[in-house]
Amino acid sequence: MITLADLWEMAPYSCCKEEKTKVLTDELKQLTRYHCQHCPMYENMLRGVGYDEKKVQTLTDLPFLPVSLFKNLELRSIPQEEIFKTMTSSGTSGQAVSKIYLDKETSVRQQKALVKIVSSFTGFSRLPMLIIDSPSVIKNRLMFSARGAGILGFSIFGADRTYALNEQMEIDISAIENFLQRHEGQKILLFGFTFMIWQHFYKELLKLKKRFDFSRGILIHGGGWKKLISEAVEPQEFNRRLTEACGLHDIHDYYGMVEQTGCIYMQCEYGHLHASNFSDVIFRAPQDFSVCSVGERGIIQVVSFLPKSYPGHSLLTEDEGVLLGEDDCPCGRKGKYFKVLGRLKNAEIRGCSDTYAARF
Amino acid sequence: MQKSEDAAIHMPQDFSELTFVVGDLSSLEKMQTVSSLPIFSNQVIEFLSELSSILLKNGRSFSDVVTFAFWCRKAALLKERDKYKNCSLCFGRGIAFHSTPSNVPVNFAFSFAAGLLAGNKNIVRLPARDFEQVQIICSAVKMVLQKMPEMIPYIIMVKYPSKKEITDYFSSICLSRIVWGGDETIAHIRNSPLPPKAKEITFADRHSVAILDADAVLHTADIMRVAENFYNDTFFTDQNACTSPRILVWLGKNISDAQSYFWNAVYQVVKKKYELSPVQAVGKLAAFYRVASCKKVELVPTQDNLIMRIRVSSLDVDLMDFKYNSGFFFEYEATALSDILPLCSVKCQTITYYGSVSEKIKDFLNISVPNGVDRVVPLGKSMDFSLIWDGYDLIRELSREILLC
Repeated sequence: MITLADLWEMAPYSCCKEEKTKVLTDELKQLTRYHCQHCPMYENMLRGVGYDEKKVQTLTDLPFLPVSLFKNLELRSIPQEEIFKTMTSSGTSGQAVSKIYLDKETSVRQQKALVKIVSSFTGFSRLPMLIIDSPSVIKNRLMFSARGAGILGFSIFGADRTYALNEQMEIDISAIENFLQRHEGQKILLFGFTFMIWQHFYKELLKLKKRFDFSRGILIHGGGWKKLISEAVEPQEFNRRLTEACGLHDIHDYYGMVEQTGCIYMQCEYGHLHASNFSDVIFRAPQDFSVCSVGERGIIQVVSFLPKSYPGHSLLTEDEGVLLGEDDCPCGRKGKYFKVLGRLKNAEIRGCSDTYAARF
Repeated sequence: MQKSEDAAIHMPQDFSELTFVVGDLSSLEKMQTVSSLPIFSNQVIEFLSELSSILLKNGRSFSDVVTFAFWCRKAALLKERDKYKNCSLCFGRGIAFHSTPSNVPVNFAFSFAAGLLAGNKNIVRLPARDFEQVQIICSAVKMVLQKMPEMIPYIIMVKYPSKKEITDYFSSICLSRIVWGGDETIAHIRNSPLPPKAKEITFADRHSVAILDADAVLHTADIMRVAENFYNDTFFTDQNACTSPRILVWLGKNISDAQSYFWNAVYQVVKKKYELSPVQAVGKLAAFYRVASCKKVELVPTQDNLIMRIRVSSLDVDLMDFKYNSGFFFEYEATALSDILPLCSVKCQTITYYGSVSEKIKDFLNISVPNGVDRVVPLGKSMDFSLIWDGYDLIRELSREILLC
């Protein structure tokens, strides 16, 4: 039987269902106990919900916290002085943002997991890296926004890191030209957020009628489709247009969140998002939170053994998705593969108070 | 007409974003010159009873429209008038500007009718959302205005996007401002100054409480009727109206039997009528964990996410800060009615009750004199509008009385 240490060592998509379930269940049970002992608010929550460890037979029996709780509550399992950095979600102005407290250990675990996952796509050597964003995003290091954290997290895979946009979010043609000249004929890494790539890179290239050759590039992008769906851009369309515009064809979307940094879900060559050894996804029916079967739309729960400094090892997201299968994706990767369908639709709740309505 | 020119000068530049649903710029001008009316004037009663008969025909498919129509039947209004028969020289204060909640369809109509009955000229800001109920009521109002053109300068209904200049303007010409929509809206609208003599009536965020006598529930002749009534008090407005109970306080002996009997019936109704969206289900779970993180509470297992029951072992003053909607209920087993005192802060609006407990509640209110509690009504009646609302006598609040010695 494999152990947790094995999970760290083996290839990130090589663990089959039975083994993974067993080791994750054990580990997450222990983590649940650990957080109960170290985070009084979490302990209270589990007491309220009547959590009984003895009744946990498998992964899906574990309690899950809605991610929004991290917006209101200071949930952490470490004392103040051990906070190494605080990550925040990218909320639009006026909205509360999630605050995730990391210590050294959890931060290192996240980094290690990310390296294992991403290098299985990019290879082990550092690639020249073009970041499709503005350097201003990472200026304030005290508060890591999701975008800044993403860029910094991925920076370890890149050499000669170059920003494709200037401080004003305008495309920096000469920076890109110089970058391409420096690395002619080499494999390169492009990284950015889906919407930024579309808005400030792709559209600008079209406007300027500029044709770069990125056919040797691998593009990794994430951050969601919400804004693009309003522009009616589907994932396939996104890829096709980028291929057309600059020859990029090795394109991988990823699904991830600041509440569980590190164990991102990468998209394979078949367009499927994959759970790695470090985490798992469970889809829950909205009417009773029961576990959905393959093909059934559900609210996405994410579990991971990485979060130790805060009780975020089992979270209910605000996204909907559908499980496509497990261990049998044609790409050969083991583990669950799935599709994200987007944010849960905001309900128009009735009532006297206007708080829920759009500001009028 | 010197006066109307003055008014025209003060009008904001961008009236372009203002949509008149009832009335127009000329009726807005006229409004500023016509006199107010006496309270319960014959022409207002006639107007509203006309409106009532049209709505009883045209609004049949909406229970809330029918409720409004029923409320302003002639007979009902005359009965209300009787309560004010001692006011011989009472008149509307002037222009009443109503800012109504954006997510309750028919509330505006009650606010408007109260303003009219008190003798005022009314400017009503309609809900931002396009409710069919609003359309039905507004076109009925227009129909009556065709028959009674003398009422035209008394009724203007508008829609406009968040535009301070427009709110500033309406505020500057009114003598009463009636603000629904809760704390945030009130704070927002207070950025627009009122004339010195004007007054403001605000309907702030409130919470409500249900008191249930366990033995009465167990011995009821029709538990499904009880469940329907409870549904109307709660789920019908996503349990998010000020009047919706957020907590059930149980009295009596066989509480646990009564609870299962009651919730079982409620579940059947909810299952049939209520649609819970995924985001509401997640919201309720988060709300539960939020309260559980700092209070001793216990989640009562239920078959699915429709009804969330949270047992609390004590009633803290701040418990209602953790209230939530869409079927999220605290439950408390009381040893005595006076246990509820901490819930009855100034934010507490309505107590709904089931069983013969109204005398007990009256005693409690008399003895403890809580800061809050403005209404005590039987289960199922929490939404029934009355001219005494939130502790205000709307007729008196919106009118002035002349002293004649």
